[in-house]
Amino acid sequence: MKFRKIKDFKDYCKKTREKKRKNIKVKVCITGCRAKGALDLYNEFKKRKDKEIEVIPTGCHKFCSGAPVVKVETFSENFLYQNVCINDIDEIIKNAKKDRPVERILLKDKKFFELQEIKVLKNCGEINPVDIEDYIYYGGFSSFLNVIENFTPEKVIEELRKSKLRGRGGAGFPTYKKWEIVKNQVSDEKFVICNGDEGDPGAFMDRTLLEGVPFQIIEGMLICAYTIGANKGFFYIRAEYPIAVLHMSQAIKECYKYGLLGKNILGTGFDFDVEIKKGAGAFVCGEETALIASIEGKRGMPRSRPPFPAEKGLFGKPTCINNVETFANIPIIINEGGESFSKIGTEKSGGTKIFSLAGKVKNTGLVEIPLGTPLWKIIYEIGGGAINGRKIKGVQTGGPSGGCIPVEYFNTPTDYETLAELGSIMGSGGMIVIDDKVCAVELARYFLDFVQKESCGKCVPCRIGTKRMLEILERITKGKGEIEDIEKLEKLGNYIKETSLCGLGQTAPNPVLTTLKYFKEEYILHIKDKKCIAGECKELIRYFIIPEKCVGCGLCKKNCPVFAIEGEIKKTHKINEEKCIKCGLCFTICKFKAIEKS
Amino acid sequence: MKNKSNLEILQEIQEKKNYIPLDYLDKICKKNKIPKSKIFGVLTFYSQFTTYPRGKYLIRICEGTACHVKGSYKIIEMLENEFGLENGKTTSDMKFTLQVVACLGSCFIAPCMMINNDYYGNLDVEKVRKIINSLK
Repeated sequence: MKFRKIKDFKDYCKKTREKKRKNIKVKVCITGCRAKGALDLYNEFKKRKDKEIEVIPTGCHKFCSGAPVVKVETFSENFLYQNVCINDIDEIIKNAKKDRPVERILLKDKKFFELQEIKVLKNCGEINPVDIEDYIYYGGFSSFLNVIENFTPEKVIEELRKSKLRGRGGAGFPTYKKWEIVKNQVSDEKFVICNGDEGDPGAFMDRTLLEGVPFQIIEGMLICAYTIGANKGFFYIRAEYPIAVLHMSQAIKECYKYGLLGKNILGTGFDFDVEIKKGAGAFVCGEETALIASIEGKRGMPRSRPPFPAEKGLFGKPTCINNVETFANIPIIINEGGESFSKIGTEKSGGTKIFSLAGKVKNTGLVEIPLGTPLWKIIYEIGGGAINGRKIKGVQTGGPSGGCIPVEYFNTPTDYETLAELGSIMGSGGMIVIDDKVCAVELARYFLDFVQKESCGKCVPCRIGTKRMLEILERITKGKGEIEDIEKLEKLGNYIKETSLCGLGQTAPNPVLTTLKYFKEEYILHIKDKKCIAGECKELIRYFIIPEKCVGCGLCKKNCPVFAIEGEIKKTHKINEEKCIKCGLCFTICKFKAIEKS
Repeated sequence: MKNKSNLEILQEIQEKKNYIPLDYLDKICKKNKIPKSKIFGVLTFYSQFTTYPRGKYLIRICEGTACHVKGSYKIIEMLENEFGLENGKTTSDMKFTLQVVACLGSCFIAPCMMINNDYYGNLDVEKVRKIINSLK
């Protein structure tokens, strides 16, 4: 049904919101949890065909380490279950009818949610991502209606200014400013682009938003298009996110069906068409000018700015390009009003930020907190601390463009400026916790290897500089480093930062520079003592047999692929270090734990 | 193929044929009057494209930060040593193609992988060995 008038659509919204729904709702995450069999679980719930129960496929419930996660809403209460399996279904349904939980699988770590401020992700995990009616039921499109009825573009920008919203893609440019620049451009055509090329390894909030609340992002884009005067929008979504592409294309289709996209939207005379463009596996395409080149169908190479895309972007026309999370914030700002929105957050940046917490931490998943929350709160309180009782060493924020922040600085509030002062960046919000089993030098090598592979090759500092840095780091992790290498890395890193063309190169040395700053002793240990305290650098590990524990069974000798173990049966064996290739096979197969590594 | 950008043309071919056969690409170029150099530039830039046929199962194993610190390199090593898989290559029986990717956005269940369009998470060497053996 296509709505041709605002009033008709409003009536429809009102009717939808008043609709009586079933008393018990079972909400199964079918996005992130899919990897743990959530789709089967959903189908199994559906198969029960219980008349009292409404089974809804939803987006992420945020607590991803408990996958598959199921939320059950009964008459009076909500229960969140973790690690649900098909055998639990009958009990869940039975208890739900009695308003009781299944204690056994109830979410245990309550703190995970208590300390969060969930706003942008509020509908994620509540609604069926591709059901427009469900989105409207939970208040969807009311912001857009409000804007086209009561707001001038200037007023939208004013609200955004008051909200202190800054771009969630990482750089933190004030959103109102960007919109204002594009709005003030005189051009026959303008574009809106939603940057969903979340290439940072370790970040998954854009994926979750695209999969869980596609309508919210479309609504944000609609408001943007209306404000800046654009009639065409693009979603750029990376190819590694098939579910995101699927949900977004279904959501777009629904919007066209309802007359919320297309020509003469709700009879207002405002036209807006959107299209999805799929990425093809290039990290650099997250950079705005490279992304634009990619949409144009070219090699995804960045170009120098200015002119900024806001002046000359896609096909040379003014283009407003924002991150997925930025667009998802827009409907909330309009609903709440800019001023109230800015009450949460810091003085310079308002609102909440979604972080994706992963790595060596107990509770992994999505964490939405006010900007300015200290790191320890996220990692120890919400994240629940280290796994297996290990010691946390630091946290890597901002992916390969960010840096490694050590435990001593966990008092730092998470904000664009404070993280930059430490040499890291906020980035899109990935947080990978590392413990004492992770080698700082190896981690730096890993990131350099990544950016070196992903460098587009256009500018020399990034193309050749990162290669040289990687070579030095490889040397160090192999125990062949020299003490001068540290100085060389620092020098080279700073050159690359200052002279690279785009964000990729300008931030590429960050992981090395921060680990050099905070974990220098580890570098020195690698170089001088040829030692890796984390035991990660293979070539620096030494395996040896403890004579007291060795019974001479010969198992290690038999299995050693290079015949590096010597000894007679029932007598103590010995590893010939010259022959040993440090594969670690003997270490894993010894039944008497007689082999140790250092 | 009209009004399609070079990138989209390539994506379409790969979707249809599972890889990009060069002789087929030749035909498309001639038909649509696209300079081969232009399309080749795009083809070689993006890591998603391959000019060799891919196996029945495309194994995309994640090497993102979370997966890396949780030991995904051990899984990659095992696949190389035990199954003879190699990044970007296909086994001679056309069953498996291995692709080591930067991030699958499933860091919460690291280490993870995708086989065709199915996700697998919280992996270790033993689990992956079992999964691959079951597909053999």
